[in-house]
Amino acid sequence: MSSTFLGMPATPPRSPYGTGNLRGDRKFPEAAHDELRNEQLRRNLGRATRTIRAKRLDVTGELPDWEALREAGSAIKTDTMNRLPELLEQLERKVTERGGTVHWARDGVEANEIVARLVRATGSSDVIKVKSMATQEIGLNEHLESVGITPYETDLAELIVQLAHDKPSHILVPAIHRNRDEIRQIFLKEIPGVDPSLDNVPAHLAAAARAYLREKFMTTKVAVSGANFGIAETGTLAVVESEGNGRMCLTMPDTLITVMGIEKVLPRYQDLEVFLQLLPRSSTGERMNPYTSMWTGVTPGDGPQEFHLVLLDNGRTAALADRIGREALNCIRCSACLNVCPVYERAGGHAYGSTYPGPIGAVLTPQLAGMHAAKDDPNSSLPYASSLCGACFDACPVKIDIPSLLVELRHQHTEQSGTTAEKLAMKAAATVMKHPKLFTAAQKGAGIGRVLGGRDGKISHLPPPFDGWSESRDTEVPPKQTFRSWLASAEGAATMRAAADEYEQNRRKPEEEK
Amino acid sequence: MRIGLFATCLGDTLFPEAVKSTAVLLARLGHDVVFPPGQTCCGQMHVNTGYQREPVPLVRNFADQFGDASIDAVVMPSGSCAGSVRHQHEIVAERYGDAALRAGVATVKAKTYELSEFLVDVLDVDDVGAYFPHRVTYHPTCHSLRMLRVGDKPLKLLRAVDSIDLVELPEADSCCGFGGTFAVKNAETSTAMLQDKMRNIATTGADVCTAGDSSCLMHIGGGLSRIRSGTRTLHLAQVLSATRTSPYVPTEAVR
Amino acid sequence: MTTARETVLGRIKDALSLAPAPDVAVPRGYRTGRTLPDDERLALFTDRLVDYKATVHTCTADRTAHVVAEVLRERGARRIGVPAGLDAGWLDGYDGEVQQDSDDIPAPRLDALDGVVTASAVSCAETGTIFLDGSPDQGRRALSLVPDLHVCVVDLSTVEAGVPEAVARLVPQRPTTLISGPSATSDIELERVEGVHGPRTLAVVIRTDV
Repeated sequence: MSSTFLGMPATPPRSPYGTGNLRGDRKFPEAAHDELRNEQLRRNLGRATRTIRAKRLDVTGELPDWEALREAGSAIKTDTMNRLPELLEQLERKVTERGGTVHWARDGVEANEIVARLVRATGSSDVIKVKSMATQEIGLNEHLESVGITPYETDLAELIVQLAHDKPSHILVPAIHRNRDEIRQIFLKEIPGVDPSLDNVPAHLAAAARAYLREKFMTTKVAVSGANFGIAETGTLAVVESEGNGRMCLTMPDTLITVMGIEKVLPRYQDLEVFLQLLPRSSTGERMNPYTSMWTGVTPGDGPQEFHLVLLDNGRTAALADRIGREALNCIRCSACLNVCPVYERAGGHAYGSTYPGPIGAVLTPQLAGMHAAKDDPNSSLPYASSLCGACFDACPVKIDIPSLLVELRHQHTEQSGTTAEKLAMKAAATVMKHPKLFTAAQKGAGIGRVLGGRDGKISHLPPPFDGWSESRDTEVPPKQTFRSWLASAEGAATMRAAADEYEQNRRKPEEEK
Repeated sequence: MRIGLFATCLGDTLFPEAVKSTAVLLARLGHDVVFPPGQTCCGQMHVNTGYQREPVPLVRNFADQFGDASIDAVVMPSGSCAGSVRHQHEIVAERYGDAALRAGVATVKAKTYELSEFLVDVLDVDDVGAYFPHRVTYHPTCHSLRMLRVGDKPLKLLRAVDSIDLVELPEADSCCGFGGTFAVKNAETSTAMLQDKMRNIATTGADVCTAGDSSCLMHIGGGLSRIRSGTRTLHLAQVLSATRTSPYVPTEAVR
Repeated sequence: MTTARETVLGRIKDALSLAPAPDVAVPRGYRTGRTLPDDERLALFTDRLVDYKATVHTCTADRTAHVVAEVLRERGARRIGVPAGLDAGWLDGYDGEVQQDSDDIPAPRLDALDGVVTASAVSCAETGTIFLDGSPDQGRRALSLVPDLHVCVVDLSTVEAGVPEAVARLVPQRPTTLISGPSATSDIELERVEGVHGPRTLAVVIRTDV
C-alpha cells in the first residue's frame, strides 16, 4: 500500500507506560547499599555468576559460527520489530486456524483480567505456572490471589521464591540469592507434609519439590505459561526449560493460557535454528537445554484441548517508539548479561527493583515503565547503575549494545530533568573547557587542590558528592606542573629534543655496526 | 609521521607524567610530535553522564584542533578518550551538531588512536626499546578492551620490554569499578568492584600495576594507596618509555 | 469502543512511524546443510548424550528387541507404556506388562507406569537432542513425560549433524518436544541435579543400520 502525505503528518502519540512489577521503591544506590552488606547474597552470586560465565564461554567458544549466529539473531529481531504489526496479525491468524484463541492486552492490568476471566470460566480455582517473565512483570500471581485463584509456581527456583514470599533476583535462576540451607528451611516450613528429616543436599531438595508438585501436575486443570518464541509463519509457540515442569504444564491440563510479550514473535519457523543455538548456550551454558516444547494451537488427543494466547503490550510500544532504545526489545531473556555484569554480581537482582534486573533490566525497565512516571522515580537511577564496562554487549547473543543504550537513556533522563545542580556543573565545566585560556586558568586553580593533601600528597577526605569516592580511595594532589606547561618549559623542550636525538643516534647505529 | 598528541584533560592536569612519557616515546621512535595548544577535553564525562548538548563545543574544539590535514594521526594515552572520539563524537554531532561538525568529526575519528594500538597497528612496532626491571601486572581497561578492541596489543608491547617480570592478572578483564561518575554516583558498588580488583592485583605480587588509562589507574591507585598495599600504579606509557639510559625511578611523583 | 487489538496494533504502527527504521536483510552466514559420516555423527551424538547423563545403547536393527528388553530389565520396569504405532516387534524380548496408549486413558493414569518406549522423529548430534513429534510411533506428549523412565529408539539415519539440519526436518504443526538428556535443574546454587519432573532416566537405543 502506498500513501501520500499531504503536508506535515501529525506526530502520533507515544504509548503509555506499562504497569506491574517494573519499579522498585527506592533508587539503585540506596538499594545496593543494603544488598552489598548481605554476605550470603554476595557469596552466592559471586560463585554462581563465575560458574555460569565459564560454562557459557566453553559452549559459545566451541561453535566456529557463533558470531554469525549472533549476527543472524540480531538481524532477525530487528526485522521483527520493523514488521511487528503484520507478524502479530499473522501469528493471530495461524493460532486461530489451529484452534487457539488470541487475546490482546494493552497493559498488565488488562492481561491479568483476561487470564483471571479465562481461569474462572474453566471452574478451576488453581493454576499451575511455568516460569514466565511476562507474568512476573504484570504481577499475575498477585492478581489471581486477589480474586481467589491460587497460582502454583512449578519451576524449582520460582517455587522457592514463592514459598519464601520473596522476589526473584535473576531472570534464569530466580533464587540465586538463596543457598541450600535457606532452601531447606523454606521447604520445611512451607511444604505441607514434607519429610522433617530433609537435609540440604540439592538432589534431595529437588526430590522434595518433585513429590510436592507431582500431585499438582496430575490434578490441576489449567496452566499459565509464558513463551520464548511465537512463530508468525506457523502459529507455533515455544517454551524452553530444564526441569520438565514446563512440559507438565503445557501437556497435562485441559486448558493452557500463554501470556506472551508482543516482541517475542519471530517471522519464520526456520528462525528457530538460530535461536535454539543462541539461547541455551548463552543462558545456562549448555549446548541445549533439557527440554523445549513447541505447540501449534490445539492437537486433538494430545495436550490441552483449549488454548489461549494473550498478546501483551504493557509499555513495549512505548519502547518501540524510540529509535535507539527499541533495541532493548530484541532481548531473548537469556540472562547472559546479568552473569557477566560486575554491578549485578555485587548488588544482586533486587537492587534493580524490577522484574528485569541487570544490564538489560537497566535499559528495559525505564523504557517499559518510564523514568519520570513516579515521584523521584527510582527508575531514573537504573541507567546509571553501570560502569559502562561493556561486558554485557559482548555476551549478548543478539548483540544489543547495552552500554550505548545506557548512555542514551542517561541523556533522555537529563533532558527530562530540567535544571539540576549537576547540569549546571556540567555546563560550567563545558564552558571552561571550550575556552583553552579558561581551561589553562582552571588547571592552575586545580593546583590549589594541593592544600587538601596530607604530607604524603594524598587527599583522604572529599566533600559531597565525592565523599563516597574518598571513603575508600585516596586521591593524589594535583601535580605542580601540568603537561602543557612542562612542554612549554625549557625542560620540556630539552627532553623532547633529546628523545628526537636518541632516534637519530639509533638510526645511525646499525649502519655503524655494519 | 606527524602525530597530534592529545593529552586528555585528566592527563594534562593530573597525570602529566603519563603524557610526557607518551610524547617522549613517540619522539624516540622518530616521529614529529605536535601539541595543538587549544586542546582541552573530549567531552566523554559529559556524554557518559547523560549530557550531549553541553559537550558540543568540546567536540567541535577537538575536531578543530586535530582536523588539520598536516596531522597524520591523533594519539592519546587513553582508551576511553579514544573510544569517546571514535564512538561518541558522532552521536553528539548527529544529534546537536551541524553538517560542518559532522564532517569534522568523521575526519578526526578516522585518524584517532589509543597509544598501544597506534604503536602496534600503525607503526608496526612491538619492541619500543624499553627497559623495566620490575614485577608488573597489566589491567586491560574496559574501554580499551571492549570499545576499541585493543586485544593483547598492550601485552605484546610489555612482553618485549627488557628485563620486565610480567605477571598475569587474574580476572583481568573485570572492570575495576571506575566508570567515571559511576564511582561517585554508585560509590559503594564501585568500591566492591575495586576490592576484587585489588585482591587480584595483590595475588600477583607486582610492584607495579599498569594500564592504558590514567582514569582507571587513578581509581585503582587510590584504592591501593588507601590500603597501603605497596603496589603502585603506572601508566603503560611510563613503562614503555623507561630505558636503560633513563630508567624509571620509583620515587614519589614530581610535585 | 476500540478493542485492545486495534489499540495495540495502532500503537505499534504509531511507534514505527515515530521512529522508522530501514529494512533489514538477515545474514545467514552460520553453518547449514552440514553432513557428517555415520561414524562421526554416532560418536558426536553419543558423546553429547553421555555428557547429559543419558545412557546410550548402540545396536543393529535386528537386535532392537533384545536391547530394549535388556534396558527395561536393568531398570526393573515391570509395566510399560507404548504408543499405538510402535513396532510391536521391538517388545518381543520383554516379558513385563505392556499398556498400549490411547486417548481415552487419562494422562495422570500414566503415572502408574514404570517406563515408556518410543521411537523418535529427528535428532541433532552436535547438541545431543532428540526430537519427538507425536507421530504414531512416538505417541502423545504425556506418554513420554509422566513415566519415570524413557527408552527412546533413535535410528542413526535420522540423526542430523547440527540444529539447522534437524529443524529443517520438522513438521511445524506437530506438537514437538526436544529432549536433551533427562530433566535437570541447577536452581540450587547452580549445582546440577538430574531428574526433576520429566523422566529421571533417559535411555537411548541407537540403531546404526537403519
